[in-house]
Amino acid sequence: MTVDVVVVGAGIVGAACARALARRGLAVTVLDRRGAASGTTAHGEGNLLVSDKEPGPELLLAQHAARRWPSLVAELDDELGGARHGFPPLEYDPKGGLVAATTTAGAQPLRDFAARQRGAGVDAREVDVAQALELEPALNPGLTAAVWYPEDAQVQPVAAAEALLASARHAGATVRTGVEVVGALRDGDRLVGVRTSGGDVPAAAVVLAAGPWSGVVAARLGVALPVRPRRGMVLVTTRMPHVVRHKVYDGDYVGATQSGDASLQTSSVVESTAAGTVLIGSSREQVGFDERLRVAVLREMAARAIRLFPFLADASAMRAYLGFRPYVPDHLPIVGPDPRTPGLWVATGHEGAGIGLGPVSGELLADLYTGAEPAVDPAPFRVDRPAVLAAAPWAPPPSDTPAPTGTIEEAS
Amino acid sequence: MTRRTVVVVGAGPAGLSAARAAARAGAEVTLLDASDQVGGQFWRHASRPAHDEHRYHHGWSTFTALRDVVASHPRVTLLTSAQVWALERLDDGVRLRVLVGPADASGREHLTLTPDALVLATGAHDRTLPFPGWQLPGVTTAGAAQALAKAERVAVGDRVVVAGAGPFLLPVATSLLRTGARVLSVHEAATPASLARGWGSRPAGLLGAAHKTGELGGYVGTLARHRVAYRLGEAVVAARGDGRVEEVTVARVDARWAPVPGTERTVAADAVCVSHGFTPRLELAVAAACAISPDRFVVVDDGQGTSAPGVWAAGELTGIGGAEAALAEGWVAGHHAASGAVDDPAVARAARRRDRSADFARRLEAAHGIRGGWTAWLRDDTLVCRCEEVDAGTLRAAACATGSADLRSVRLTSRAGLGPCQARVCGRTVAELVGADAASSPGDATEAPPAVPDRRPLVVPVRLGDLAALPDDPT
Repeated sequence: MTVDVVVVGAGIVGAACARALARRGLAVTVLDRRGAASGTTAHGEGNLLVSDKEPGPELLLAQHAARRWPSLVAELDDELGGARHGFPPLEYDPKGGLVAATTTAGAQPLRDFAARQRGAGVDAREVDVAQALELEPALNPGLTAAVWYPEDAQVQPVAAAEALLASARHAGATVRTGVEVVGALRDGDRLVGVRTSGGDVPAAAVVLAAGPWSGVVAARLGVALPVRPRRGMVLVTTRMPHVVRHKVYDGDYVGATQSGDASLQTSSVVESTAAGTVLIGSSREQVGFDERLRVAVLREMAARAIRLFPFLADASAMRAYLGFRPYVPDHLPIVGPDPRTPGLWVATGHEGAGIGLGPVSGELLADLYTGAEPAVDPAPFRVDRPAVLAAAPWAPPPSDTPAPTGTIEEAS
Repeated sequence: MTRRTVVVVGAGPAGLSAARAAARAGAEVTLLDASDQVGGQFWRHASRPAHDEHRYHHGWSTFTALRDVVASHPRVTLLTSAQVWALERLDDGVRLRVLVGPADASGREHLTLTPDALVLATGAHDRTLPFPGWQLPGVTTAGAAQALAKAERVAVGDRVVVAGAGPFLLPVATSLLRTGARVLSVHEAATPASLARGWGSRPAGLLGAAHKTGELGGYVGTLARHRVAYRLGEAVVAARGDGRVEEVTVARVDARWAPVPGTERTVAADAVCVSHGFTPRLELAVAAACAISPDRFVVVDDGQGTSAPGVWAAGELTGIGGAEAALAEGWVAGHHAASGAVDDPAVARAARRRDRSADFARRLEAAHGIRGGWTAWLRDDTLVCRCEEVDAGTLRAAACATGSADLRSVRLTSRAGLGPCQARVCGRTVAELVGADAASSPGDATEAPPAVPDRRPLVVPVRLGDLAALPDDPT
């Protein structure tokens, strides 16, 4: 049986694509090598941020996402019955974010960045030390500059992805887990489905939404796609009284996301979860799919977190986990048809912003697929942009395992 | 000449034996234990051993001999209160991160070790299946009751019910009797038929097999002298009480451990000690990327070598075999970790001792292994994860609502296993309840199981201040 669309990847991006396509009447099958929401989706922090984005196409997408999330949460709650039917809460919380510089050198770049964002319509309010401490009483009073972003929000990413998948199933989609794509079904140049560990899945179109593994899967489909894994680690503390009230970052976060430097970068992201733990992110390393623990990374993260919140020195980290972000050289998502291969569509490359941007990316892809008017300009995200075509496809370093297992530890 | 360096983690029977063998083979040995004493769970004892300490332990003289050797050997450095909190895989070996000092103190001393060889002897802790009321004060694991009895000579209660599965229930009951507690009864979930499968067809099979392992025979005699009933095919299926346990419900169970309706009876008790088997402490082995068998033990070769280069394993980590097997395995592991002579007669003897008890784990599983019917005694409001207070109903609903049998997803959406114990208590139970244990990810059949509950990069909680104060690594 041929379906209209086979979506490869049951993370939040694949789930969003499946939901948007299925709700437009298309017959959709979602495949995942592992379980639903078990890869990058399960290994981040659930950030829905505008605060970390330079003015440009990604910020426009993030602003659209920030407007869309509240109505999406309401739709999903309506449809799935929320807690009334035992569905896990999405824990959507527009709690706002506070970015604080802790060095003299970091103060002015942060103010300049916020000014540029205000020019792009972001609610970015410079606050003085007293105001910052009012927002976050436990913050290091030695901060040198701070900006308050009321539009930043948080969600439980696995619950959100599972809800999008459940909604897709309600609309007729089929989800098959434990099924790995091993090759392409082709009719001439045209992609007409995928070969999998569970048999052939013929489809009029294939949506590649495999996150950091998208480059690997693309290669199996005979397509070059420069999506690389960028590793990140997160520390989780034991439960504590609710001290950290918002998302709080040190100012370096801004520079780190925009840099392509492969060597270790850490910047602090500290926030409480609904369960009472505190999440401390995050690091950025380009080490392929290497899952080996590096304690030196944890040390840097702990030191930075303590610089923001001195009381954390006495808190205990009970868990560390690592995940891989889908990184594209120009730091922009890839969403749309691949003109090189008729039948292939792509939705990936969101790096650390996939939870926030996933749902609107799925809707954007469905708009393009069905010929509807897209809510945002899709041109910057197209597959055949120079930065994507020119970049070398990802290839594993020699020491790397050829088929990354992704057996990484759980989030939050 | 630089001597080969061997680090042994865990100073129970296997670790002590491994340290001794490695030192004898010429290596420079560091023996680490998180506790403030050596001996492990098996030889847990009062901080100042009493003159009659041997009455409380099997093989006490073996222990004192081993302890004295490792304490006095010039090439063994013994560190107690030394907690390995992380293991890093390097390109050419492993690096251990250790904090030395009292567990709850701040500013413990950092120690970083990069040995030529590592012997893991981290042991096992007992596994307890949940039942309604198991969170009440007065309900303890059999292991905790045993430790209290051995180390503090304190009984967990006056009227004690011991329940669960496996020969370990017997020494626990015996220890409790020694502390003066009244042990009402011992309830073994295994039916007479499965006992026969594991231990032989005669009713005395268990005793025979137990006797071969050198320690259990005497326990049964002690129970008989104290007229403690040892009842087969029965389980504690509920505990009740106002603020602490006051009574328990005992029921007969069928061959699959499902309670037989109509057989319930109430027993007044102020303590319940429960153990349904053992779960090896796998964190370091998983971090070292050692191959783990489907029944969750570290896979080892004839020399106790794991699949990870430079890493050996011994004791309960490699299969529940008891102290005699652990001593033998430790000897073999320590000797080979130290690159000892291949034709060493003492090692050959140890290997034969080990091989004689190789069948023990299989028999144990055949006789006492947890059977799936036990979930029938759960109610929707029975807590499964005590840290995060997740009950069975919530877990089943989360799995059902999301249509997910993926352990990771169910854990993250329900929060089961995400609390301070990091799923050490409930991990396998949650997997069984959501059907993820065997069913998950057939595509990964050749890999380590996905979402391994034992994957804990931080082996224990670490103060962020300690983490930030970690010195630079030598380059």
